[in-house]
Amino acid sequence: MELILVNLIDGLVYGLLLFMLSAGLTLIFSMMGVLNFAHASFYMLGAYFAYQISTYMGFWMGLLIAPVVVGIAGAGVERYGLRRVHQYGHVPELIFTFGLALLIEEFVQFIWGNSQLPYNEPAILDFALFSIGSNDIAAYKVFMIFVSIGIFLALLYVLTRTRVGMVIQAALSYPRTVENLGHNVPLVFMGVFGVGTGLAGLAGVIAGPQLGTFPGMAILLGSIVFVTIVIGGLGSLWGALVASLLIGWMTTFAASSSFQFADILLALGMEKPAEMSESALRDLWTLTLPQIGPILPYMLMVLVLVVRPYGLFGKRDA
Amino acid sequence: MTAAALELDGLRKSFGKTEIIRGVNLSIAPGERHAIIGPNGAGKSTLFNLITGRFPNSGGKVSLHGNDLAGKAPFEINRMGLSRSFQITNIFPKMSVFENVRCSLLWSKGYKYSFWTMVSKSQDLTDAADAILEQINLTARRDLPAGVLSYAEQRALEIGITMAGGADVIMLDEPTAGMSHSETDYIVDLIRKVTENKTLIMVEHDMGVVFGLADYISVLVYGEIIATGRPEEVRANPKVQEAYLGAALEEEH
Amino acid sequence: MSDTTQKTAVRPTGVTMSMALPWLIAGAFLLVMPYVFTSNSAITIMNQMAITIIFALSYNMLLGQAGMLSFGHAVYMGVGGFMCVHIMNYVEDYSIPLPLPLLPLFGGLFGLGLATIVGSFSTRRAGTVFAMISLGVGELIAACSIIIVAFFGGEEGVSGDRTMGLPFFGNEFLQQIDVYYLISFWVMLSALLMFLFSRTPVGRMANAVRDNPERAEFLGYSARWVRYYSFCAAGFFAGIAGGLFAISYEILTAENLGLLLSGEILLITFLGGVGFFFGPIIGAIVFTLLQTVLSLQTELWQLYVGALFVATVMFFPGGLAGVLMMHVPAIRLGNAKLLVVPYIKTLIPATIGILAISGFIEILFYSRHAPVGETEMTVFWTDIDTASIVPWIVTVGLALVCFWITKRNAPELVETWHRANAIDGGKA
Repeated sequence: MELILVNLIDGLVYGLLLFMLSAGLTLIFSMMGVLNFAHASFYMLGAYFAYQISTYMGFWMGLLIAPVVVGIAGAGVERYGLRRVHQYGHVPELIFTFGLALLIEEFVQFIWGNSQLPYNEPAILDFALFSIGSNDIAAYKVFMIFVSIGIFLALLYVLTRTRVGMVIQAALSYPRTVENLGHNVPLVFMGVFGVGTGLAGLAGVIAGPQLGTFPGMAILLGSIVFVTIVIGGLGSLWGALVASLLIGWMTTFAASSSFQFADILLALGMEKPAEMSESALRDLWTLTLPQIGPILPYMLMVLVLVVRPYGLFGKRDA
Repeated sequence: MTAAALELDGLRKSFGKTEIIRGVNLSIAPGERHAIIGPNGAGKSTLFNLITGRFPNSGGKVSLHGNDLAGKAPFEINRMGLSRSFQITNIFPKMSVFENVRCSLLWSKGYKYSFWTMVSKSQDLTDAADAILEQINLTARRDLPAGVLSYAEQRALEIGITMAGGADVIMLDEPTAGMSHSETDYIVDLIRKVTENKTLIMVEHDMGVVFGLADYISVLVYGEIIATGRPEEVRANPKVQEAYLGAALEEEH
Repeated sequence: MSDTTQKTAVRPTGVTMSMALPWLIAGAFLLVMPYVFTSNSAITIMNQMAITIIFALSYNMLLGQAGMLSFGHAVYMGVGGFMCVHIMNYVEDYSIPLPLPLLPLFGGLFGLGLATIVGSFSTRRAGTVFAMISLGVGELIAACSIIIVAFFGGEEGVSGDRTMGLPFFGNEFLQQIDVYYLISFWVMLSALLMFLFSRTPVGRMANAVRDNPERAEFLGYSARWVRYYSFCAAGFFAGIAGGLFAISYEILTAENLGLLLSGEILLITFLGGVGFFFGPIIGAIVFTLLQTVLSLQTELWQLYVGALFVATVMFFPGGLAGVLMMHVPAIRLGNAKLLVVPYIKTLIPATIGILAISGFIEILFYSRHAPVGETEMTVFWTDIDTASIVPWIVTVGLALVCFWITKRNAPELVETWHRANAIDGGKA
């Protein structure tokens, strides 16, 4: 019971983090039809910038400034890169963002090197807020949950209560119409791209101390973010939320479970082979759920796509 | 009695709550040249898209030579003998004009998904494609990318592609839209030439084209057909004049 | 490649000289190369190049011919390769009389087998959805490689010994050079087959579906099935590349399945040019050279390749092949010589400027990451001291001057370009 609660909290932290990324990604996709392959790279930039700022001005200034810097960088990329490639079509745009992801990773290694940075949570949050049984829940995790939910509520407010939000809402339902509209207001594109990447940057700022700040952090999370929005349905904000939480909890629970596949095989009436290395099924006998935890999202994605090609909440495809 | 080339029976289509096509009944005999006219927003293009399986219908039935088309994908409908052009030019812009025509011949010539024959080695394919180029007057443009042709030439190519598949029911969506007078004459001659002995169904705004080409005319207003008949009958029909034709004829003269 | 040149009424029946010539030249080239570059390392590089050529051509069957952007193509090469290593081991263990040169065929069949399964659901859509599914499936199989140890060998991979098969005309493939000729044979065969595939009805319709899937559907072809056939064929040839990889390196690891390799092949193919059949070949050659030669010169080679790639996507979406083919009209009109002087006037300063920038980047990188106190380094065969301000100023100044000259001379190039491509070119 205690473990379930702890897992629920951990999964929520991870799921909301995924949501901060997938929300921006899905917004950009809805507006511009571009799947930003470099989205997780902006998340990584967020962590690195925040680290750099925090060495001069402390964690809180990093939290404030780094997402803005990332957002401006994102807007710049849209203005001077993506807009140019736009004329060639969506596939070259995707290839461009892929190249950008490579370049950002190289850039990060160029400036900060290959090893993990000593970017840590601020001292003021470095304590156990409460404990469930023998498991301490760090205050920083609770802080992450509050920031993520705060962002989610702010996003919800902007999308449903403001004029800009209405335009974006319209883009979700009538992409063609707004795409035509969007050609006349490139500023909206730039803004959405900037805000989306800024959100990714913010996710990086708060995730850096928790998950580690190193050049591989973008790739590690990047594919999962894509899987998330595909499962949720491309262009669906609610789908992104549900899929993020689903994946967050699924991977957390899988990682901490002690389930072994040998139990299934035994229950099926199979006998454990005496000489394990000779058996063709030896991997199945030794397989545990934590081992396959990382690939569960991908399996879920394939399953969803076979059953529901538009994703859980999607109404349309690219 | 032979089955009609194309028969619509109570065809309906709604987008959300709005009903765009409200129960269309129409029977077109083989070999007939039938024009569908109507004011903007009457649902003419939607009707086309319903017949050709581009949109799913909300009710009613479409049959081609007596075969129900329900649930058929566009490529299946095409294989049953119906071919269409598009209002917005819809060709393969990066491929050469010749390639465009040759690709449209592949299925009807029985090549299917073959990956053991070379298309350039098939003399019958090359000859047939060149014959069509000759027919649509684009022989001189044979090896240019289709995307660089003039608008009228692209429309002619579109008709060529539509014809090439050998379908006996041809649907043309505004073949002369956006053309000058001389270009229109060229396209009308072309249509007359290539649709001989075939069933033609077309949507058209230009009344000159309609009365020049069509054996029968149907008038579609707000998703319903208010009149069908010979051109002179339709022209004389007071309902039509009231709803549409009068205004259009006034504009014309 | 040559069918646009045939404008006359006489059409080729059978194989004509102009069609066969590029292939004969390529074949002769492959035969002669080992006599020009005789060292073992050069032959290893050429083997690597040849395998990459097949892989890139197979990738272009998807991206260039059928318009499907895949982020998981390495999987088909990898699975083909793993299978081949296993077969090599079976051949060794049970003395199966299988000559080595046939092995890549099995790699191809397993690549094809996997593609038929994955393609059955991934080719329903093109564009972004296809790209994402390919990424997911790629990651899934790559992650499986660590779990399913029996097949993928876990962390250390699976290794075999190619020399244990039935001798092929007395040859047991002990030397790299023997492997080179084996690979060369398969490169020629695969490239020819892939070229011919693009001329078949399915190959032609793949282009049609890429450009306009809806129109293709109204011509009687199911866009999905056309994509599916292209996908399977691409899987087959990727598997062949995998089999050759297994023969050449005798080991496959999880890296052979990963996103990194899948991304690399996208980069190679796009860099070479997706619009022409020979584009990926150029890409594979250039990239392998960069990878082997440039990486010896600088730690930062991936940064440069990444920058080159992004620049290609932004400014030359046709890739290197596109840039080369851009000049064909001017050459046909006999105006190519007009371009020589303006090219020299812009490209030489531009090249020097880029080199100066890279020098600056190298100095910056060194001064940031070298151990404290170390300030001596060598850039472009020049010993410099990063503590002094001179090298910084020289590189930046040189770059600025060169780019200024380039910018000044660029309009002349543009104008000459238009003149060279006009019909009445030189005279006007």
